[in-house]
Amino acid sequence: MTELTDLGVAGIRDGVRDGSFTAREVADAFIVKVSQAKALNAFLVETPEHAIAAATAADTAREAGETLKPLAGVPIGMKDLFCTKGVATTAASHILEGFTPTYESTVSQNLWDAGAGMLGKLNMDQFAMGSSNETSAFGNVISPWKRNDGGNASLAPGGSSGGSSSAVAARLCPGATGTDTGGSIRQPAAFTGISGIKPTYGRCSRWGTIAFASSLDQAGPMARDVKDCAILLEAMAGFDAKDGTSLQLDVPKWEAGLSANLNGLRVGIPKEYRVDGMPEEIEALWQQGIDWLKDAGATIVEVSLPHTKYALPAYYIIAPAEASSNLARYDGVRYGIRDLPTGAGLQDMYAATRADGFGPEVKRRIMIGTYVLSAGFYDAYYTQAQKVRTLIARDFEKAWETCDVLLTPTAPSAAFALGEKSADPIAMYLNDVFTVPSSLAGLPAMSVPGGLDKQGLPLGLQIIGKPLDEQGVLNAGLAIEQRAGFTARPEAWW
Amino acid sequence: MSVDTATVKRIASLARIAITDEDAARMAPELGNILGWIEMLGEVDTTGVEPMTAVIPNTLRLRDDVVNADPLTGGNIREQVLANAPVAEHGFFAVPKVIE
Repeated sequence: MTELTDLGVAGIRDGVRDGSFTAREVADAFIVKVSQAKALNAFLVETPEHAIAAATAADTAREAGETLKPLAGVPIGMKDLFCTKGVATTAASHILEGFTPTYESTVSQNLWDAGAGMLGKLNMDQFAMGSSNETSAFGNVISPWKRNDGGNASLAPGGSSGGSSSAVAARLCPGATGTDTGGSIRQPAAFTGISGIKPTYGRCSRWGTIAFASSLDQAGPMARDVKDCAILLEAMAGFDAKDGTSLQLDVPKWEAGLSANLNGLRVGIPKEYRVDGMPEEIEALWQQGIDWLKDAGATIVEVSLPHTKYALPAYYIIAPAEASSNLARYDGVRYGIRDLPTGAGLQDMYAATRADGFGPEVKRRIMIGTYVLSAGFYDAYYTQAQKVRTLIARDFEKAWETCDVLLTPTAPSAAFALGEKSADPIAMYLNDVFTVPSSLAGLPAMSVPGGLDKQGLPLGLQIIGKPLDEQGVLNAGLAIEQRAGFTARPEAWW
Repeated sequence: MSVDTATVKRIASLARIAITDEDAARMAPELGNILGWIEMLGEVDTTGVEPMTAVIPNTLRLRDDVVNADPLTGGNIREQVLANAPVAEHGFFAVPKVIE
């Protein structure tokens, strides 16, 4: 029999439903895996009691002959950006050490209401700012993958949802939550050979999710295949009156709507995404992806998104500007740490607390945000960036006149080694070159694994869809998944 | 774009982040590089373009004017509000003396 921890979300859900195994057996198996994987540093807090309680509820409901909830018996990992009632939540920052939320985020509550259990809180880049998980105040997350060159370099799991990607790829949980501001679900999914989808902005409530850049932040699932992503997203999404930007729309039945038949679908290939210096293997995989989609019945059209190269600089004005405002709340008064130097006044307490509590990347972004919003610079930087954002969104609207989804690589490289890029912020920011434009336009986008590079590391393909067309994105992802036959998995060394 | 140490210290002060001279000197070229990079936006012609305010068309809702309609965002939860405060006294957040 397959090991229970090799099963995905659908396999566990169906097996619990038909009595092949109990939810408790599943929970116990994953709890052991989590406890044995400390070397990955994927979990900040382990919550076996939460997973067991949900499993027991599922088993009891089954014995009583009740209809099981959609995620009954499925234990998941929860990114530490989501507030979880009674369970420490820090966004991987020292400044929130000791914070135990007295309420539950909408997204996590939705998952618990659907019957899921929590294995623990997942490590991440501090306040979701990073692309390698090296900005966590609680240590780097290590990717379960290794290069096949015989070296033993520790690789980045991507970021900011690096605990999520590492844990799912290492089979410590069948699925996990992530959040995506400029690529934080898709890039880590690509780096670790798993799938992840960022829905349309407004599909998932932001209530109770620690804010980074509010006009961009969206929650989404990360799992090993497209179907599992569809199942989890259905549970996570939904209207929430507590979030002013939540979309008042019913959640589509994405799982039931899955179809890899792409007859009549027009797939756009944006020519501006052929960037200089892109590794040949990524170029080749992109072409392979085009062929797979053709094979599934799609027609291919070249499109132009002329403002693509301005997306990253616009993002690095807008996101830090919003962050500098959002993170003003960490002042040592209401939650988290307080640093009160002897004899200090209120202002000195704020400054000392924030100097002590924020990591270097968070400080860097708050400072950039403060600068671009400061008197005399606001129009030149912030207003100009928001205008460029309008032009980027228009590029996509124009593209939708001739195509239905876009296919691009997810990231410009495979996973790099820890430390390789951390000295140069701009080199790190460039990781998000393919994911940021769709974030700025609020579009649904997902990464699916396409293959391995010469070093044996996963590479991902990204599908970007029209607003609210998660189904189109998932279906194109499914067509790629079926043809890629990606079965590679990291060998357990941890 | 060059950013000097005095500018870094001014921004840090606006952002309420204490900074040493050494850190300010280290950050000056770093911020200069990043700001220099994002300045390429200046070359985009945005004449007549409205700044983006909402990515997905949406309307702002007003909730019903009912007290505690949703207990999660309602009132009368003082203990919960104060539960994570570094210092809370007499049912309030406590801070160092502000008025002499």
